[in-house]
Amino acid sequence: MIFGFPGGSVLDIYHEMPKSGIRHVMVRHEQAAAHMADGYARASGRVGVCLVTSGPGATNTVTGVATANMDSVPIVVFTGQVPTAMIGDDAFQEVDIIGITRPCTKHSYLVKDVNDLARVIREAFYLARTGRPGPVVVDLPKDVIQAVTEFKYPKKVDLPGYRPNLEAHAGQIKRAYQLIKKAKSPVIYAGGGVILSGSSEELTRFAQMIQAPVTATLMGLGCFPAVIPGEKGQMIPNPLWLGMLGMHGTYRANMAITHSDLLLAVGARFDDRVTGKIAGFAPNAKIVHIDVDPTSISKNVPVDIPIVGDCRNALQKLISLAEAEPVENLESVRAPWLDQVGEWGRKFPLSYEQGPDLIKPQFVVEKIYEVSKGDAIITTEVGQNQMWTAQFFHFNRPRTFLSSGGLGTMGYGFPAAVGAQVAFPDRLVVDIAGDGSIQMNIQELITVVCNNLPVKVAILNNRYLGMVRQWQELFYDKNYSSTCLDSSPDYVKLAEAYGAVGFRAAKPEDVEPVLREAFSVRRPVLMDFLVDPTEGVYPMVPAGKSISEMLLD
Amino acid sequence: MDTKNKDRHTIGILVQNVPGVLARVVGLFSGRGFNIECITASETHEPGLTRITLVTTGDENILSQIVKNLNKLINVIKVYDFTDIEFVDREMALIKVRAEQHTRAEVLRIVDIFRAKVVDVSPHFYTLEVTGNESKISAIMELLGQMGIVEVARTGKAALARSKKH
Repeated sequence: MIFGFPGGSVLDIYHEMPKSGIRHVMVRHEQAAAHMADGYARASGRVGVCLVTSGPGATNTVTGVATANMDSVPIVVFTGQVPTAMIGDDAFQEVDIIGITRPCTKHSYLVKDVNDLARVIREAFYLARTGRPGPVVVDLPKDVIQAVTEFKYPKKVDLPGYRPNLEAHAGQIKRAYQLIKKAKSPVIYAGGGVILSGSSEELTRFAQMIQAPVTATLMGLGCFPAVIPGEKGQMIPNPLWLGMLGMHGTYRANMAITHSDLLLAVGARFDDRVTGKIAGFAPNAKIVHIDVDPTSISKNVPVDIPIVGDCRNALQKLISLAEAEPVENLESVRAPWLDQVGEWGRKFPLSYEQGPDLIKPQFVVEKIYEVSKGDAIITTEVGQNQMWTAQFFHFNRPRTFLSSGGLGTMGYGFPAAVGAQVAFPDRLVVDIAGDGSIQMNIQELITVVCNNLPVKVAILNNRYLGMVRQWQELFYDKNYSSTCLDSSPDYVKLAEAYGAVGFRAAKPEDVEPVLREAFSVRRPVLMDFLVDPTEGVYPMVPAGKSISEMLLD
Repeated sequence: MDTKNKDRHTIGILVQNVPGVLARVVGLFSGRGFNIECITASETHEPGLTRITLVTTGDENILSQIVKNLNKLINVIKVYDFTDIEFVDREMALIKVRAEQHTRAEVLRIVDIFRAKVVDVSPHFYTLEVTGNESKISAIMELLGQMGIVEVARTGKAALARSKKH
């Protein structure tokens, strides 16, 4: 499966493509090809692949590569290059893509000899998916592509400088569990590493065994079930689920972190959007940190017990310890803490008021959850649309929420949804977008139309770059410089022009029928929800403040 | 030891000798805001392996991040942090110093004391070669400074851990 766009230096590969049996989705902009490979990888757990030509083809993928790098997504990007003899001559469509992407890849290769090609490709895929996953760029000069050699695929990968430590240290695990056992107010802080390592089940099991509430980062959403089946089979909120933490985290998640005496960080990296002011982050807690990447440990926040290893391996070991020596009097020990957490939840739940006239964006997200019954792969763009989705959609399964967390790439959601839809042709895939972000890769509408990919896009159209506008409202004297989008395309006509289906909802009562109809047609649909232009995302921790200092509305 | 020296660290890095490896190491430092005071790189006795020695500054946390990030590079085979281990280090400097009739004897005395060598002579200048650890090079430069140093080329530090005595 390759997402790509042809050009001069990769013509020979494209010449062979039809005979190869490899499925190829042709994009309309190379940035989208990288994001599609990324969405495919995040949704399926397999390595995503994209292929572009040299020069501008290669540079157009850089945002996609950096996005995948920040969120540890395994993709391999093949770029064409001018013939080896011309490298350095400023040849037509020449660019040093290895140099440009060096800081934002896990590794990269310029292949100068066709006899290295099989080994390099083997290594590239191996590096992309193992350890802390990430993007690998393979640069292919045209003469290397054209050269002929005998295909010898190496049986083993030999990378003496690359031995990721997956096995969590037993002694450290033991020490960590002793702290966990003694803790009165523990919190589990789960990140994207839980999803990448496939350890959602282990995390859920361990949280139940020690009755610790769980919060997750944006990248971690879906690693712990937000809702569970109730007594009558209906879904009810999971009492151990705190919601997301950080800048737009829930009141109860941020308060629980602030008052915890033990923080178990799993596959997370203490990002500034999570911690707020470092001094105010879990000030009373001993911190245990499990991560496969040693550079993530004690980078931003000093850690009491570092555990380098695969999250799954570490959690399995913690589970065996918890089985052997369970927390004594668990229920009575934990009751006051869980009561307190519940009280924070009741005091300031996530909320909005849906009046009779203007559609609230949160209402659209909740309706998407309801109508899809939560059974969908959701992608987002970046900004308010992303935060409302994180807050109001109840993610229950890993790999169902795809969003650009680290880099914050507007224009990610739509191509990522395409990648996810290619990986799962029969699933409902919805990009929850803003009217700002969707325009950054809107050209891919033709890609979904001509490949019959029934991706749904729900635009929360507030006629603003909403998140930037929110910052201007709160911190920049309401000076709405360059954030008003009152001249925007007619999205319904736009969808139709591309051959997709377009719907618009302007009243709250239109939201559900539009969604029902959109989800029932097996065609790409662009939905334009005209929402309240001034709605903000709350709670909000202003930059530089502690996460306990939230603006609540 | 003064505080400045306390925050200086010598790091040895054994890398695969592949194109771009130096750029990866140096790019890591500039990209993450770490310092490089000096750096040397050359092939070793083992084919395909290059040893880089560099001197950096930073507190314990920064040093730990530097070592961890270096280890993360795919082409890096091994990182030696010499902060808490015994090591030998040497540096070579070529120093072109003003050597007029009345100062030549003094320059030569200094050369003698520091076991340096005169490697080039012209009517007004001597070029000296001196090898030693950092403080020796600094000391001779300070003395020669009074004569008038015209140009200096220093190799930067090369370092190896001392072998265990038993």
